[in-house]
Amino acid sequence: MNIVTALLKTSIGKKVIMALTGVVLVGFIFGHLVGNLQIFSDPEKINAYAHFLQSLGPALWAIRLFLLVCVGLHIWMAILLWYENKKARPRDYAANHTIQASYASRTMKYSGLIVLAFLLYHIAHFTVKSTNPEFHEMTWTLADGTVVLDVHLMMVVGFSSLPVSLFYILSVGLLSLHLSHGFQSMFQSIGLRTETWGRGLKVVAIVLSLAYFAGNAAIPLSVLTGKVCRPASVEAAAESVSTSLNTHSE
Amino acid sequence: MKVKIKVWRQKDQESKGGFKIYDSPELNPNMSFLEMLDVVNEYLTDQGEEPIAFDHDCREGICGTCSLVIDGKPHGPHQGVATCQTYMRSFQDGDVITVEPFRAEPFPVIKDLVVNRKPFDKIMQAGGFVTVRTGSAPDANAIPISKEVADTAMDAAACIGCGACVAACKNASAMLFVAAKASQLNSLPQGQAEKDDRVINMVAAMDEAGFGNCTNQYECSAVCPKLITHDFISQLNRDFVAATVRKSFKSKPSTAKV
Repeated sequence: MNIVTALLKTSIGKKVIMALTGVVLVGFIFGHLVGNLQIFSDPEKINAYAHFLQSLGPALWAIRLFLLVCVGLHIWMAILLWYENKKARPRDYAANHTIQASYASRTMKYSGLIVLAFLLYHIAHFTVKSTNPEFHEMTWTLADGTVVLDVHLMMVVGFSSLPVSLFYILSVGLLSLHLSHGFQSMFQSIGLRTETWGRGLKVVAIVLSLAYFAGNAAIPLSVLTGKVCRPASVEAAAESVSTSLNTHSE
Repeated sequence: MKVKIKVWRQKDQESKGGFKIYDSPELNPNMSFLEMLDVVNEYLTDQGEEPIAFDHDCREGICGTCSLVIDGKPHGPHQGVATCQTYMRSFQDGDVITVEPFRAEPFPVIKDLVVNRKPFDKIMQAGGFVTVRTGSAPDANAIPISKEVADTAMDAAACIGCGACVAACKNASAMLFVAAKASQLNSLPQGQAEKDDRVINMVAAMDEAGFGNCTNQYECSAVCPKLITHDFISQLNRDFVAATVRKSFKSKPSTAKV
């Protein structure tokens, strides 16, 4: 049996795929969070960072493709495993009983599904901008004079909507829950977890999940409460631009 | 004391089956759960009803024959004991106790509470043999084994193959059983020669039988009457990955005829 067959066909192989794609996705979401936290700095900072990512060109597409493959494999394996698990226990017990399986571990498929729905919305919202076409028009002039997309304004406008913000907070909450089991689980699936350090791993997983949730929830909450807003000088400039635009259209 | 038992009755593998509730006769609280079923069966026989079929043998927790899911937990409410060592004093007078067979596709119900655990034998057969020198008995301690390794192998070897891990698992996965049986030999120097084949073949037999997949929830080790740790599952995963990688790149012996 070669490695590819073992990965795709055996029960342990599928779990290894779940674990390895999980590692990549955990790395991505934390990198993404750190990038987003720049919203708490000057708009120049996050806009320059977003421009840097955009200017990667082919590398950006390679990264996107790699992430897409990882997400695809993670979901594909999850469906196969779920189907096989369902088939292995056709009749459930009359008296259902859970001894030590965590709530997060028992709801992985539901938290995963809602996170998937969130992911699709998130891409439509901020990447493709199909839900908010006006985001395409938001530009910012960097210190060196380059005109780039105004990600800061996109986030402030995007999170000013209460339902959108609530959906974001709910989704990152579920992603954190998913993470609290997944982060420990991936070490077990590739055979690195033992009781010797398992308790420590559990603590690390919970702390990471809470930190991830806190970091992500802080952004829409700060926008909603007005802690993150457009600097006054920028607002004045934008005001004059929009007035001149209006005059033009009239 | 008296209890009511809500028990699964099923005539044979093909029949549909369903729950029936029986009132027990007067019981001694120091009876084991199986003795309680014996008493109920005597009563049922007197009534002209078919006695409840259940698996049992040694009744001292070492053979792995008894099964039963009692109020949703394999082997009853305690930790580290089999059904035969669960006593009626663990229940209250007047309790309604739900008694079900182990539920898993590879473990079909043969009758009432008796399930066919043959796939476990298939997995054991797939594990194959251990190469040993035959002839006169080898010198004791000719192969040095550290105390820690010997203890770990003994922990794995404590598995009595009852199948409670499968019954408790949310996915009816047999990983704890397979992990214990594989790790018992994989941990020892005597088991090294066939280690890679053993791991790959046992996992293949497990998948073939139709058991579910491990989702790392550790319900298995929580109900194991021998308290086998899920660390062995981690070890099996590690051994499987290593065996697959090694096998994929290793050159094979020549099959050319001279």
